[in-house]
Amino acid sequence: MNKILHKTTVADATSLFVVDAPEIARKAQPGQFVILRVAEEGERFPLTIADFDRDAGTLTIVSLAIGVSTMLLDSLQEGDNITDLVGPLGTPTHLEKLGEVVCVGGGVGIAAIHPVARGFKQAGNRVTSIIGAKSRSKLLWEDRMAAVSDELIVTTDDGSVGRQGFVTQRLQELIDAGRRIDLVFSVGPTIMMKMVAGVTRPHGIKTIVSLNPVMMDGTGMCGGCRVEVGGEQKFACVDGPDFDAHQVDFDLLLSRLTAYKQEEAHAVECHCHRRQQGK
Amino acid sequence: MARIPRHEMPRQKPEDRKHNFSEVALGYTEEMAIAEAQRCLGCKKPACVEGCPVGIDIPGFIMKIKERDQAGAIRILRDKNSLPAVCGRVCPQEEQCEKLCILGKKGEPVAIGRLERFAADMERAARPVADMPRHTVSGRKIAVVGSGPSGLTVAGDLAKLGYSVTVFEALHKPGGVLVYGIPEFRLPKAIVQEEVDYITKLGVEIRTNVVIGRTHTVQELLDDGFSAVYIASGAGLPKFKGIPGEQLNGVLSANEFLTRSNLMKAYDFPRSHTPIRVGRRVAVIGAGNVAMDSARTALRLGMAAYGDDVEVSIVYRRSRGEMPARAEEIENAEEEGVVLRLLTDPIELRGTDGWVREMECLQMELGEPDESGRRRPVPVEGSNYSIPADTVIVAIATAANPLIRATTPDLESNKWGYIIADEQTGRTTKEGVWAGGDIVTGAATVILAMGAGRKAAMDIHAALSGNSAG
Repeated sequence: MNKILHKTTVADATSLFVVDAPEIARKAQPGQFVILRVAEEGERFPLTIADFDRDAGTLTIVSLAIGVSTMLLDSLQEGDNITDLVGPLGTPTHLEKLGEVVCVGGGVGIAAIHPVARGFKQAGNRVTSIIGAKSRSKLLWEDRMAAVSDELIVTTDDGSVGRQGFVTQRLQELIDAGRRIDLVFSVGPTIMMKMVAGVTRPHGIKTIVSLNPVMMDGTGMCGGCRVEVGGEQKFACVDGPDFDAHQVDFDLLLSRLTAYKQEEAHAVECHCHRRQQGK
Repeated sequence: MARIPRHEMPRQKPEDRKHNFSEVALGYTEEMAIAEAQRCLGCKKPACVEGCPVGIDIPGFIMKIKERDQAGAIRILRDKNSLPAVCGRVCPQEEQCEKLCILGKKGEPVAIGRLERFAADMERAARPVADMPRHTVSGRKIAVVGSGPSGLTVAGDLAKLGYSVTVFEALHKPGGVLVYGIPEFRLPKAIVQEEVDYITKLGVEIRTNVVIGRTHTVQELLDDGFSAVYIASGAGLPKFKGIPGEQLNGVLSANEFLTRSNLMKAYDFPRSHTPIRVGRRVAVIGAGNVAMDSARTALRLGMAAYGDDVEVSIVYRRSRGEMPARAEEIENAEEEGVVLRLLTDPIELRGTDGWVREMECLQMELGEPDESGRRRPVPVEGSNYSIPADTVIVAIATAANPLIRATTPDLESNKWGYIIADEQTGRTTKEGVWAGGDIVTGAATVILAMGAGRKAAMDIHAALSGNSAG
């Protein structure tokens, strides 16, 4: 169960896994995620479903190795099994024909926005995708995003690929050029999504973001992923992960994301130490 | 017969047990058990049986203990109770069988719960692998949603009748609240695992990591050929108080806190990769068993991290007599040093840099009696004061997880989100679907969940055998 059929590097410290998971693949919808565990002592953590093949019964997940859990995942090879995998979780993205949709993806969030962009295109929208990363080595899936978008705008902080600058600047340019935009959908680092919301708010452009709070359970029984949207408490794993960006309290989310920073750093230290010692 | 006092349960000393997660109650020795069993009068019309939600033949099993017939004792217990090692530990016997024991009128009731635990623990060492017929009922497979006490009971009962049963569990380990909610020091997980193993030895397939309502819907299970679905998904949705500051870091639901500690073994971080953070001043809001479990877990974690400079408080707006937790758990908590702040209502949480630092409280007092005759707590105006709190655990209530009702349109639930099911049969408004346990009643007890499971299993069997009355 949960065998890794294919593994490939798609960017710096970023791996793509195609996993045998027929039950999840059959039900997966754009915007949904899975919870994984790697190793018996592993923690539960979420990853967005970047792609799915119902006929082949496979899921594609993309992971940036930044903490112990993602590092452990990254150490798995083709043929290995993922200890625990559950999904599809979260409320699927609401897809409808609106006209002009702009998808904004940053860093590893580009993988997450891929099925959403495709979903909006399949629903009959004209999809413009803006994808950004720090540099060429951190940019992933340019080709896949081109395949699901009517127009692709690539931007990097250092200009090594595409235009130089941030995704928010590219988005601002579209707005300033008077482009009709019915919906902006954005996934990426929380600070990026906050800024995207800031760009669209004065223009009243409906903006949906996919939030990534710390999750422990993923099925709605712990409340660890609670966020404030429009002054109300919501659980990102059940009510979300998509929410109206103009209603989200991003500062609260940014604060709650630091809750285990010390423990995370300590765990990485121990993990690297153990690896050095060949354990 | 001279009045013999009830035999005390041997327990770890408080000064020892607050430094470990080992089981606090150590269990009777055989001598103690026989001596306690001899207190039982073997009433012809046993009142205790009336108090048992599943009608165990209590005088019967106690007689077997007196006769040193351990196999006989457990056989009688298992006739009605599929989880005796669990119930012997967590049942509120003082509210059920023991409350009605005739000895309790003038002295102390027979320690029925401790005797049940004794008999169950004796059996655990030598549990026979069930040599039951497997899957003899061809063409009939049963789906059970949830591997907590109710689901495991239905699975076991129907497997023994020859059905092919599959249990779907959302988490990565089976056991439900027995494994994520109740701490090791009250219910060792090895016991839960043995109960689960017993069920799988009967031929039941337990599939973890499957969320019914997402991975499959209830309707899909029926379409896939399951003849009946039993929903026992529990009441695991955490509730918060809704006071300002509840979103601060360091404020957790009891579910999150206990799941990190119990299921994810966060007390063993970083060897276990799930972290848990406990401060020096912990406040637990609520006074039920979950609140006691949270407080005693926080105490152990705190002492491991900081030594003696840890204070854990229960903050409860009513008085001692109204605390819902079992008296013995309150006693255990107090012995370990948990402070009870009663008639105290938390009204705001405040913090710095996104972390909770203090709790503002309002003193309550008992006012006029209400319709039930109980004096209601009323706030004392202007009595606000603050206590330091760098970890706050909200253990006030849970509700029904909305996933199943949201994805099963013809399954009716009540206004609180609990599934509507017949009390005697467990039948829901959806054909082919039964339900029981906390998802029907709201958070209750293991034995009630098990009792509901037994009734539903019988009704499912009757319905599928064509013997059903309706």
